[in-house]
Amino acid sequence: MTLWKRLFTNGSAPQARERLQILLSHERQMLGGDDLLSSLREDILAAVAKRVPCERDSVKVRLERGTPMSVLEIEVEIRGNVDLRMTQAA
Amino acid sequence: MAKIITVTSGKGGVGKTTTTAALGAALARTGDKVVVVDFDVGLRNLDLIMGAERRVVYDFVNVIQGDARLPQALIKDKRLDSLFLLPASQTRDKDALTEEGVDKVIEDLSRHFDWVICDSPAGIERGATLAMRHADIAVVVTNPEVSSVRDSDRIVGILDSKTLKAERGETVDKRLLLTRYDAVRAARGDMLKTEDVLDILSLPLLGIVPESPDVLRASNFGVPVSIHDPDSAPARAYNDAARRLKGEDLAVEVPKQKLGLFGKFLRRAA
Repeated sequence: MTLWKRLFTNGSAPQARERLQILLSHERQMLGGDDLLSSLREDILAAVAKRVPCERDSVKVRLERGTPMSVLEIEVEIRGNVDLRMTQAA
Repeated sequence: MAKIITVTSGKGGVGKTTTTAALGAALARTGDKVVVVDFDVGLRNLDLIMGAERRVVYDFVNVIQGDARLPQALIKDKRLDSLFLLPASQTRDKDALTEEGVDKVIEDLSRHFDWVICDSPAGIERGATLAMRHADIAVVVTNPEVSSVRDSDRIVGILDSKTLKAERGETVDKRLLLTRYDAVRAARGDMLKTEDVLDILSLPLLGIVPESPDVLRASNFGVPVSIHDPDSAPARAYNDAARRLKGEDLAVEVPKQKLGLFGKFLRRAA
């Protein structure tokens, strides 16, 4: 690496941090390591499945920890085009 | 009753055995009765790091199989009167450790010692889960590097599900020990920062042990690094960690690089 690049780049640590955060949030979900997230996932699945058919794997729950605020991200995939009237009636 | 500590990490080569020996000696130095237990059946090394390799007569498996009594297998440290070692066997049979056998040995040890420190093998197989089974405190040894952090995260999940405490609905007190911390690489931004690792794993910090030739040197002599040269940076880090384990509220020092003006210039230009 040239002297110029050395002096003005931030190093590789931020990349490591970002890759780890993405990977671990995924792995925790898969392995059920994080208790809060896996129980939230179960609750959401139960609530949604009451109204629309929905599979276990299609509920994704992510938590980005931070200060002063954390973000809980919930993503539910439902197959096909959902008919709103029908779902309300069900 | 003893406090049972398991030194674990998932990944190999991060410093579990060094840490077991160093924390054991550091705690024994304060007068507490300590036994360090090697769970790495087939690949024992704690005896070597403790400098007791030529005094092993009976081992953990001999005790479990009833070929020796526990006091016969315990090796007393040459330097510290209150420090003992229970070596692993060199047998290739990994199933030699049984759940009932381990339960019995740990129960006996915890009646006679203040601290039982279990040195876990790498991986997440039987040996590792047996080593963490009785843990009150888990010292999760992690290097500031992606694969080590990932494996530690995995181990944390297992600590929360496969220990006796977890089965009883309690939680193991998990502490992060950051080892092989390189202040030069940290300053250059090429190493995960302490805050990054703490944030990702969300564990309380037990200490930061700097990467240092003192660790290798102590292992060459077969002396736990915490008592080999008590003024060295890794020795201080381990002795402070031991004081934290004993409940002292001690701020963690982040190792800084020691460079003169010339060194600083070279580092920037490197």
